[in-house]
Amino acid sequence: MTDSRPINCVVLVKQVPDTHNVTGDVMTKDGTMNRGALPAIFNPEDLNALEMALEIKERTGGTVTVITMGPPKAANILRDSLFRGADKVVLLTDRKFAGADTLATSYVLKCAVEKLGDYDIVLAGRQAIDGDTAQVGPQTAEKLGIPQITYAEQIVEITKDKITVQRALDHGSEIVRCTFPVLLTVVGSANTPRPANVRRQMERKLAAVPSEYAAIRTQWPEFESDEALDAHLAKHNLKIPVWSAEDIGATEGSIGLAGSPTQVHKINFVVLESTESKTIPANAEGIAAMIAELVHEYIVG
Amino acid sequence: MSDHKNVWVFIEHTDGKIAEVSLELVGKARELADKLGVEVVGFLCGHNVDALAQEVIAHGADRVILAEHEELALYRTLPYARVAIEEARKREPEIFLIGGTPNGRDFAPRVASAMRCGLTADCTDLQVGDYYVKKEDKTYKDLLFQIRPAFGGNLIATIVNPHTRPQMATVREGVMRKPVADPNRKGVVEKIAPTFSPEDLVLEVLSRQVRHTTINLKDAPVIVAGGAGVTTADEFALLRELANLLGGEVGASRAAVDSGLIERVHQVGQTGTTVRPRLYIAAGISGAIQHRAGMDQSSKIIAINTDPNAPMFQIAHYRIVGDVGEVLPLIIKTLRERAMDQREAE
Repeated sequence: MTDSRPINCVVLVKQVPDTHNVTGDVMTKDGTMNRGALPAIFNPEDLNALEMALEIKERTGGTVTVITMGPPKAANILRDSLFRGADKVVLLTDRKFAGADTLATSYVLKCAVEKLGDYDIVLAGRQAIDGDTAQVGPQTAEKLGIPQITYAEQIVEITKDKITVQRALDHGSEIVRCTFPVLLTVVGSANTPRPANVRRQMERKLAAVPSEYAAIRTQWPEFESDEALDAHLAKHNLKIPVWSAEDIGATEGSIGLAGSPTQVHKINFVVLESTESKTIPANAEGIAAMIAELVHEYIVG
Repeated sequence: MSDHKNVWVFIEHTDGKIAEVSLELVGKARELADKLGVEVVGFLCGHNVDALAQEVIAHGADRVILAEHEELALYRTLPYARVAIEEARKREPEIFLIGGTPNGRDFAPRVASAMRCGLTADCTDLQVGDYYVKKEDKTYKDLLFQIRPAFGGNLIATIVNPHTRPQMATVREGVMRKPVADPNRKGVVEKIAPTFSPEDLVLEVLSRQVRHTTINLKDAPVIVAGGAGVTTADEFALLRELANLLGGEVGASRAAVDSGLIERVHQVGQTGTTVRPRLYIAAGISGAIQHRAGMDQSSKIIAINTDPNAPMFQIAHYRIVGDVGEVLPLIIKTLRERAMDQREAE
């Protein structure tokens, strides 16, 4: 194919609590939540976005850069991205980012993507399982001033200046063509994400952010100091870059809680009652009482 | 009445037909606007869609902003968002409601980002109320309370946007009740003729295919599923009726699919679709492990079975020992009566 060129992809990913596996241990009887009991995972559809980016790289050459905004432990999914084939990863972490809603998050991601520069496609999962809002992708596209193709399921064609994508819609599909740069949000049915590559895993298992150095040194005592480890990682290109609000030139009023127009007024916990089940008499009174309960719990509108 | 501070509804349409959810939202907007003493405005983009504007008014809108342009014939993010952003900046709506359809969820965040306003996805209820901000020692009057399940459905959050306008929210189809149309209702249709720059039109739609299965089990908030205990087409019609009432879909166990009463696309379970709706009604499903694996994460499970020892009862929150053909009509009747009471109360 002569009508092609290397296409550079940036993938936006998120580490999320595994809300699909919420059990009785997580939601306690008194209606509080034990977040610590939930494992943190790579948001499933972000893996599909990474896979799509890796497939684009295989098709065209070019690079795949993965970025995430989150606490230092989100470096786990960046390492995972390296194992699966990403060329470069960046962790966006700063206490000032805390409490961000989708608008403030998209602003931070926009600043980071602009700092990376030289990109053709930004990819993200359609939505994250901890919020299911599907808003960050389109909001980031708007802030970057680029078009968006949501619900991308398949890349039909890539040329040097245009991409043709099949979108999955509720009742069918659509094929659209767009210029670069463009942002794609990717659905779960798009592909099967490749597993970590064993060779890459061996090579990059030490990839880390500085806050992880202490833990690494307990496992690898041959590194006598953080500096020694840092020098080793730098030499082998295993230092995961960490960018703060200042590093990406983010305006304080637009990030974190201050940059988030939405506020949580109140939270009502839905208490899981798997042990508390009721036998309902099969008569009008029994059923009316059951429906009233479901209405009260917002299960039935 | 003024052009500002109104309640807007995004009117989505395909093939000359307005999406159900848009009309449902016009009904909700009417309720909110009456409380706030403002107008309901339908925001409609399209090409030759004048008839649709009348329909929006008939369902309760006072005014329709109709952006007419051939480039708006089919939904596309950039031209649609472009018009919405321009008009919203000019007219400063108080509230903007959008259906939680694929297009609505593509459009709303694009507009919210440009307006730098809050947006809450998939609300299950919308109310008007006051909100006190401790830090400012100030009460914000008449805010939109955007109520939605969060954290995988394990909690219900009420979200507010005290400082930014419009207050934007998306709502899924079937959550709000569609109002009864009044063809004699009068309203203003305000036509505008937008202009687009080449950057607004960089995306072309090459083709659009409509699948003829309209079932979307995965995203359904409610699933009414039938199993071996549902033995006649009439009983399946009851499942369908109940699912429609609850804004849900019909599911089935493998046994029901094998009986030929329902197509395989409805199958829930390990070999079918895995679902986790807010409410799963298992009608005449014994609850084999393969089926349970596909639905046991549902927030609430109602099991109906004549066999008190059916395994489904072990994971059900509500156990009803009885015949599907008798219990389902009772549930339908109860829901209908409740809806009637509410309508009278309004």
